[in-house]
Parts: sequence; structure tokens; C-alpha cells
Amino acid sequence: MNYKMIGYVLSKVLMIEAGLMILPLLCSIIYGESVAWAFLLTMVLLNITAVIMGYKQPKNTVIYAKEGFVIVALAWVLMSAFGTIPFVVTGTIPNPIDAFFEVVSGFTTTGASILTDIEVVSKGLLFWRSFTHWIGGMGVLVFILAILPLSKNNNMHIMRAEVPGPSVGKLVPKMRDTAVILYKIYLAMTIIEIIILCICGMPLFDSILHSFGTAGTGGFGIKNSSIGYYNSPIIDVVIGTFMILFGINFNIFYYILIGKHRDAFGSEELRCYLGIILVAVVLIAINITPYYGSILEALRYAYFQVASIITTTGYSTVNYDLWPEFSKTVIILLMFTGACAGSTGGGIKIGRIITLVKQQIKEIYRMVHPRTVTALRLDGKSVDKDMLIGIQVFFVMYMFILVLGTLLISLDGYDFTTNFTAVLSCISNIGPGLNLVGPAANFSLFSDFSTFLLSFIMLAGRLELFPLLILFIPSLYKH
Amino acid sequence: MNIIIVGDGKVGSTLTSQLAKEGHQVVVIDNRSSVLKEAVNRDDVLVVEGNGATMQILREASAEKSDLIIAATSADEVNILSCLVAKKLGCKHTIARVRNPEYASQLEFMKEELGLSMSVNPELAAAQEIARIVSYPNALKIDSFLRGRVELIEIKLEAGNPLINKSLFELPSAFKVKVLVCAIKRGSQVLIPKGNVVLKEGDKITVTGSVRDVNDFFKAIGIAKRRIRSAMLVGGGKVAYYLTKRLTESGIYVKIIEKDSERCRFLCENLPRAVIVEGDGTNRDLLLEEGLEKMDAFISLTDMDEENVIISMYATHSGVNKVITKVNRIPYLDLLEKMGIDTVISPKNIIAAQIVRFVRAMANAENTTLESLYRIVDNQVEALEFSVPNGGSYLHKPLKDLALRNNLLLASIYRRGSVIHPSGLDVLEPGDHVIVVTTEEGLQDIRDIFARGSGYEL
Repeated sequence: MNYKMIGYVLSKVLMIEAGLMILPLLCSIIYGESVAWAFLLTMVLLNITAVIMGYKQPKNTVIYAKEGFVIVALAWVLMSAFGTIPFVVTGTIPNPIDAFFEVVSGFTTTGASILTDIEVVSKGLLFWRSFTHWIGGMGVLVFILAILPLSKNNNMHIMRAEVPGPSVGKLVPKMRDTAVILYKIYLAMTIIEIIILCICGMPLFDSILHSFGTAGTGGFGIKNSSIGYYNSPIIDVVIGTFMILFGINFNIFYYILIGKHRDAFGSEELRCYLGIILVAVVLIAINITPYYGSILEALRYAYFQVASIITTTGYSTVNYDLWPEFSKTVIILLMFTGACAGSTGGGIKIGRIITLVKQQIKEIYRMVHPRTVTALRLDGKSVDKDMLIGIQVFFVMYMFILVLGTLLISLDGYDFTTNFTAVLSCISNIGPGLNLVGPAANFSLFSDFSTFLLSFIMLAGRLELFPLLILFIPSLYKH
Repeated sequence: MNIIIVGDGKVGSTLTSQLAKEGHQVVVIDNRSSVLKEAVNRDDVLVVEGNGATMQILREASAEKSDLIIAATSADEVNILSCLVAKKLGCKHTIARVRNPEYASQLEFMKEELGLSMSVNPELAAAQEIARIVSYPNALKIDSFLRGRVELIEIKLEAGNPLINKSLFELPSAFKVKVLVCAIKRGSQVLIPKGNVVLKEGDKITVTGSVRDVNDFFKAIGIAKRRIRSAMLVGGGKVAYYLTKRLTESGIYVKIIEKDSERCRFLCENLPRAVIVEGDGTNRDLLLEEGLEKMDAFISLTDMDEENVIISMYATHSGVNKVITKVNRIPYLDLLEKMGIDTVISPKNIIAAQIVRFVRAMANAENTTLESLYRIVDNQVEALEFSVPNGGSYLHKPLKDLALRNNLLLASIYRRGSVIHPSGLDVLEPGDHVIVVTTEEGLQDIRDIFARGSGYEL
């Protein structure tokens, strides 16, 4: 383990976080709020820690896969820990564990909250809370790769550990250029959304914060009734559509930009993703039409909610907990699938689901014809065996954490639906679940232990399990 | 520059690492996914899996927007086809590795007709390099410039060398020679010497001059080794084939020891002037029987690095004047130097160096006066070739009146077909080609060679 290099990269991460805090600081100064001092204090603490951890670049900058995992996992934990300081010192969330949950929920783009009344929180803190979504969506280490030359060697290990999806590829030969392209697309789409929301009549502050939440597929609302507060069909459609866009693999936007339309629209994952959305919207709309009277109204709510859940954003315009059982079950299933690989969304990812389904079909077919040789193809290319095993392991681990999490949370004594959907919602980075953690409720009911556990589950979900789990392997530290 | 490398084998991977480190955008194509995985983990490059001679794969690698494709798979035909297809797709320059001796004679024709920018043959290049070393038995390393007209030769000052403790000022008067010392490697440090530098034992110095001057210099300082008149080669592969042709042409007696009888017959038919011995070259008795101790040079060229190293050690031990070892795995080079194996040849490195040189020249192509760039002395020194344009206040002035940069030396001037080793009284004329040696990096223009504030600088 190259501890010096890990320390060096982490110190850069903390400095970047301090730099990013300038925005919420400015925001609270503009609104004349006293929380500005809390941000200043955090920034000072961040810089001091960064200098202690390793200001100078070590001689040996070579890192391997394990260091990549460790850097990413620790970076996210540290960022979240420092991110809680403004909430705790201002007394907005006096319990540090609750504050940690809130910030982890922000960085992991989950959007689950323990705040019961969000509208009384100061604008600076609201900005910081939503801004963590935007930072966490694309990943802070990808950001660092884009702006800092960390080492002359390869940083593929870091990128692979942070970017979601079974196989992470570069768009252009240089890692740094790839990271820059991704961030440019991300930033441009966010700005477009802000502008459109402003045109639709949302105040600028709200537009910016909701766009952060959409871009990172996070879902922190700034009103107690989330997007439902505006009760505007046009805003629903705009945010719904942008959520779907941010749930698409960013490589596809790049292909469109450079004119490779066939590669872009030929993607099996994209087609499947849009197909699932279409089917789910239609099914739910038919199912809930009796509740809203007209099919158009039903379509509006179904579209927004399906987009919000499949992309793992977690905004809500209605309390879908009151919908019929069938619709609720469809929503739970969407919580599993998640968005496309290489997007800002969470969940298992459509690409993995397609591969798993294809493999099951293949295996069943092989029971009939035991001697057939078959290849599993995705986008016309056969899937590598290692990748297939990786996907299976991921799926099993995912289910295992889900089950174990549900078991541990049940110690708090709430009903099964609440516990199960709370854990599912956290591991898939969605936000709201059903019943006591439904869209109209929040996570404040859980004990400190459960809150802490759920924070961990959110981090595991965002980093796709392994970077965080690897920290618990003892042999990592020995040699 | 956007560069595509087809085939991530020995040469391909060396090139990939080097070009990626120099900041180029490199895409690697190979049909083995395991090799590509390693490439991605090792270098900052993009990889594409598939056959690099197909349009689809080349399109995927954006051949139409690339500046250069280097095809270095194991099959010559695939390399040529890759280059052809890429060229037609719009790739600007193409380099193909063509190593089959049967194609060697039609290389120029193919280059012209197929539009290849360059074709490279690692074995041929290795043979040329060995032949050059054989013609200068004293040198550790030789780099040649201006298509072989100027050579930079690295020698080591062993104990007892009369140059030791002499300053460079004294050399011409003390030894009546006309060579120029361009660089001195002392330990791991490299300096571009001024006249007052005093040479020390263990220095590796790089000198330049005409072939005659350099040989006189060796004689004068008394380290001249006997001219090589006989050589023993172990291993009769492609390098041995090309090398033997060259050596026998210059009248050197060559004896090849080769295991495979089929190969022996081939060598015998195609190399009538050489003596071919069928037998195991790692067998000590055989080597002695065939007169190893009386040979002027011993060159180990088997496919196994380990065998080459061991028999070369034995040859050195037996007192052979010049021992040359072929080694493919270069990372262990430092180790070999410590074991007394000084002259090591690695075909893949030679070829990679050739291509990198081409790429650097291409990258500088928009520049008018920098013609080519070489890195010498463990890549710590740059040797640059500039052309001298018309007009410029520095023309026709004696060099002693022109203030040159520190750590820079004007090594030679090439004028109308002849090489001048400049003294302070020589002048620069338009149309000259000059070679400068420097430890400074990033020189772009002939005017960059002058010191700041001299009035001539850019």
C-alpha cells in the first residue's frame, strides 16, 4: 500500500471540498445569513487537515487497484464527515450522526433526509445540501482527475472505483480529457435545466437547487412537499425529462456530440431503459387513473414518479404511498433496476440487469441443449467472462446487504415495508421509500444505530459496494 | 498527436508507454483482451479490441482523425493492410513493421506504392546497430545523424587512460586530434562540457568527429582495440542473417553456431561467405573447439535472454575483445552493466527509438528549422538538427563571436555534402545543417541556441 500517495490524493480531495464550499459561503453572504462563519470554519479545518495529511507529492506516485479503491472509499467518508460540520455547528442538525446521514445522503445522491421541516433551514445550508448532490453525482475524484495532474502514471484505478457501471471505459485516450468532457457535459446540462426552470416560473434559487438535485439524481427538496409544492405540470415535465436524461450513460451524449449517432442510439441499455420507463408509466397511469379522474393527470404523475424512481432521484409530486398496491410494487421494482451505467444514477443499473437476464435465458436453454456453445452478447459484443462473474457477484452482494440491512434495521421495531424500502432506497440511492419512510415522511424516526448503518449502506450503494467493503479485508493493511 | 498502435506486443507496448508519456493521444488495437487490460492499467491510453486491419475497428479507433498509425503485429501482411486501410480512411501517416527478409528488397517499392511513411524492421535495425558497433570496437554506444554522416560515440574512461586528469583545452595539443567531446556522463549526472572541464576516471564521454579522426583519437590515447576481423555469432535467427551479410561484405570472417539443422541449411545457402556450425552454442566445449578465444568479437543472438547473458559472460571471461549481447527484456539492463556486460542490443528498443524519433520530428513538423531530435546518453541529452535559413544577423560571423546558450554545444555543421567539425573561426551559412547537443529541453528554432541577451535569440 502506498500510504503516502493515498494521503496526498486525500489531502487534495479535502482542499477541493474547501474550494467547493466557496459557493455556499457566497450564497449565505448574499442572503446575509450568519451561517457564513460555519462554512469559513469548515474551510479552515479542511485546509489544516489537508496540510497535515500530505501536502507534498510523494516520490512514488504509483498506485494499483487496491489503492484506487481505498482512496475512493476514504475520500467519500472524509468528505461526508467534514461536510457535516456546518450543520452541526449551526445547530440545524445538532446530532452529528443525523448530520452525517444527511450529508452522506447528499454526496451519494440519495436524497433521504432526517429533517422534519426543511423550509426553516437557512439558504446557505440548503445550497450546500443540494450542492453535495451535484458534486457526488459525477464524483469528486473524477473532478480531481479533470483539474489536477495527480501523477504521470495511470489513474484508471481511481476512475474505475468511482464511476458506476460494470465496465468503465474512457472516451478519449487521455484520462484527464475524458474527465473534462464528462464534466463539461454535466455542467452544460445543469445550466440548461436551470435556465428552463427559470423560464417556467420557478425562482432562480429554487431552480439552481432543484437542478443540482436532478443532475446528480439526488432528490433533496427544499420544500416540505418537494416538487409538488409548485403544482405546475410544465415544471413536472421539465424536471421529469431532465431526470431521465441524467439517468442515461454520459458516453451516449458524447457520441451524439461527435456525430456517432448509430453508436449512441444503438445502445441496448439505452433502449431498454427507455422501454422500461414507457411500460412503467403506462401501467401505473392506467392503474391510478381512478384516483385522479383523467388519464392525462394520471400520466403526468406517473411520468414524474417513474422518472424520479428509476433514475434514483427521489423527487415527488404526489404521495405515491397512497397509490394502489400494483403501482407501489412497480415502483419497488424500479428501485432495484436503477438507471444506466455511467450515469449519475444509482441502483443495480440496467446494463447489469440485461446481462443477468440474458444469462439466465442462456442457462435455461443449455438445460435443453447441454452441448451448445453460446456467447452472451451486449451491443453485439460478447461479454467477457470476468465481467460476467463481476456482475453476478455484485448482484449477490447487493441482495445480501439488502437482507442484512433490513434485519438490523428491524431492531428499531417498525414494520417490514418501512424497513425493507428504507434499506432498498438507501442502497439504490433513491431517497424516499414506502410507508413510514414514504415521500411525505422522512428518516428522522430511526435510532442512531440505524441512521449510521443506513449512511454506510448509502456509501456502499454509491461506490458500487466493493470500494467500501474492501476496507474490511484485513490483508489489505498487512502487505 | 493522435496515434493508433496496432498490436501490443514487445515493440507495441514499448511504443505505447513512451508515446503516452510524451503526451500523445494513443489508441491501442489488439485482438487479445488480456493484453489490452494490461495496457489500460499501465498507460493512459484508450484500447480497442479487434483486428486492426479491418475498417470497422479502425473507425472505432477514429483512424480518420488520426495523425499516425503504427502497425506492429507479428504478421507483416496484417501490418501492411492495416496501414493501407487506415491511410484510405484518412490517417495522415503510416508506419508498418515489415520484418520478413523476403520483403526486404521490395521495401522501398512498397513504401512508394502503398504510401507508407516509414517501414521498420527490428531485426534489420538491430543488425545495423551491431554492425556499427563492430566497426568501432571501443564504443559503448553509437548514434548516427544526418543519415550516418555524423556519429556520436560514447566511450568509457577506464583506469590508466591518458585522458584522465586532462582538461578539454589540452586535448588537441596533447594528442593532436580533432575530435569534439560533446557530453560527459559522470555517475548519473550529465554535463555539456566547457573547455576547462577536467576528465576523471569512470567518466563516459561522448565524442564526435569524422571516422578517421575518431580512430586516430583512439590510437592516440592508446585505447584503440584491434580492428575486428573475425566474429562468432551464436543463434542463427533473422538478426544473425542480416548481420552476417553486412559483416562478410566488409571482409570480416563470420562463424555462426546454430542448433537447428534446417536453419543451418538455409543460412548456408543464403550466406555463402560465412561458416555455419551446427551445434548448441551454450556448450562450452563446442565454443572452445570452434575457437572462441581467438575471435575478435562474440555476439550472442539466441532467443533466450538468459542464455545470451550467460554465454556472453563466459566469452568476456575468456578474453574476447568485444562482446555484444542481445537482450529483449530491458528492465534488467542496469543489472547487466554491473555484471560487466556493457554492450547490449535490444531490437524492440532500437525500433521503438526510431519510431519515437519519427514521431517527434512529425510533432515538430510545423516548425521550419528543427529537422530532427534525438535523445542520447540515457535520454538525458538532446541532439537537435537545425537547418539554417536565409537572413539572420548571426550568419557569416565567426562562432567565437556568437554567444551560445549554457549547456549547449555546436557539434557539427553539414555543408554541401561534407561535414565540418566547427572551430571558433567557422561561420554559419544559409542552407547549412547544424547539430547541437544540449541538456536544455524544448529548443524549437535555430535562434534558440543563442544565449539570452546575445541579440540573436528569438
